[in-house]
Amino acid sequence: MKEPGYFKTIYLSVKSLLTGMRMTGYYFTHPKETHTEQYPDNRATLKMMDRFRGEVIMPHDETNEHRCTGCQSCEIACPNGSIKIITKQEVNAEGKKKKAIDTWVYHLDMCTMCNLCIVACPTDAIKMGQKFEHSVFDKSLLKKILNEPGSKVKSGVE
Amino acid sequence: MSLLGEDIVTEDGLFVVNMGPQHPSTHGVLHLKVWLDGETIHKIEPHMGYIHRSIEKMSENLSYRNFIFATSRMDYLAAHINNEACALAVEKGLGIQATPRAKVIRILMGELTRLASHQLWWGCTGLDLGAVSPFFYAFRDREAINDIMEETCGARLTQNYVVPGGVMFDIHPNFQKRTKEAIANFKRNLTDYDKLLTGNVIFENRTKGVGILTKEDAISFGVTGPTARASGLSCDVRKWFPYSGYENVEFDEILATEGDCFARYMCRMAEMRQSVRIIEQLIDNIPEGDFQEKTKAVIKLPKGEFYQRVETPRGELGVFIVSDGAASPYRVKYRSPGFSNLSALSTMAKGGKIGDLVAIMATIDLVIPDIDR
Repeated sequence: MKEPGYFKTIYLSVKSLLTGMRMTGYYFTHPKETHTEQYPDNRATLKMMDRFRGEVIMPHDETNEHRCTGCQSCEIACPNGSIKIITKQEVNAEGKKKKAIDTWVYHLDMCTMCNLCIVACPTDAIKMGQKFEHSVFDKSLLKKILNEPGSKVKSGVE
Repeated sequence: MSLLGEDIVTEDGLFVVNMGPQHPSTHGVLHLKVWLDGETIHKIEPHMGYIHRSIEKMSENLSYRNFIFATSRMDYLAAHINNEACALAVEKGLGIQATPRAKVIRILMGELTRLASHQLWWGCTGLDLGAVSPFFYAFRDREAINDIMEETCGARLTQNYVVPGGVMFDIHPNFQKRTKEAIANFKRNLTDYDKLLTGNVIFENRTKGVGILTKEDAISFGVTGPTARASGLSCDVRKWFPYSGYENVEFDEILATEGDCFARYMCRMAEMRQSVRIIEQLIDNIPEGDFQEKTKAVIKLPKGEFYQRVETPRGELGVFIVSDGAASPYRVKYRSPGFSNLSALSTMAKGGKIGDLVAIMATIDLVIPDIDR
């Protein structure tokens, strides 16, 4: 490459400096075109996308019933072993023995939010929640039990 | 003087400098041992393994459905394309193909990923060479693409959107509208990019004629991607070995002949325009139909070896699966583009100044987790 002359270099340097400064100045005088989000001050209005994967949750209805039958498909589908399901045998009204969940343990600290458990679930018992502020001071708080105490499986869910 | 039994000054009078993991101008944790003669680089030895996570070995214990998620953590700026490579390899073994709708969604997502990755590279290149403002503009535009990813795939970087046989769920109703907006904005902003960095005299002086890689060297080191294309080596996997229907879209393979940092820079800038072109062709032509081919709950590949290559923003990624007929792979090998591109670094930087090394590393576009895996 041919070296430009001394004064030409100075001219080009000043020119490219001014070009850059012009763009910076444009955004300085047009604050509406910037895209900064004032997190965490905007927590009240901040809405995550509906498909955003923040954590695994198990929805319960108003009568404290969930849809999990304890088939353990999610446990097999999980690549990290962050799901552990402890099942028990329950006797229903007709006197038949039936498998049900005792505790649905979810290790948030091992979860990579890959969504494979949600896809594997045959009864749509679990889904991804939008909460993303998971920081805690104690690691043991990240081990969660998703089925609420006293809850049982919704009738008709097989 | 010696450090850990090694001489800091060698017998030939070369000074050994560690450009270590803590160096602020390296992204990720790459340790370069540089032999210097004054300020001139004599030899470079990359030391790797700081973020080795044994993804290949891990995959041997995971099923064919599960091992894909880990590849998002290899080249985290092109997670979608990594996932696609694995899914394509599994599909090759099963002898199935993704549905036409899934194929188009994969291309769209792949090109959006490429745009996002190149934008981040553009910002970081500016930052490495002493210009701070490009970084903010690049991240502003990348944010729009990340939002599209978040809306449709559910995650911003580690999407895990591709499954064998198609994609995990259908595109979001807003996807087309949002993508069109982002692309329109981006096309306008590209002129700003050129103003800020491409025509800047300091940037040109620091990149032109620096870190020249000849075509012969590119071939012998196995360099791929824009790094090799800037040296005149035609190696775009999308053109040579089309996958996912890249044979049906119109785009140009960008080639340059100089092989220096500026050529690599211009190659990537031109590639962004080609990605925009591909997205514009397909965004209104997503075929109707299923987004996923039906596959068995437990995928078992027949005995044999399957290889699939894709073009990531950094070059050619190869996935090699050896199957013994079981539900998990017998061996998985990833041929990552960053590893081969890094091997040419010593040749590129030899004879240059230590300040040029940063420019060379910036324009190779190293992603360290991709090198280490």
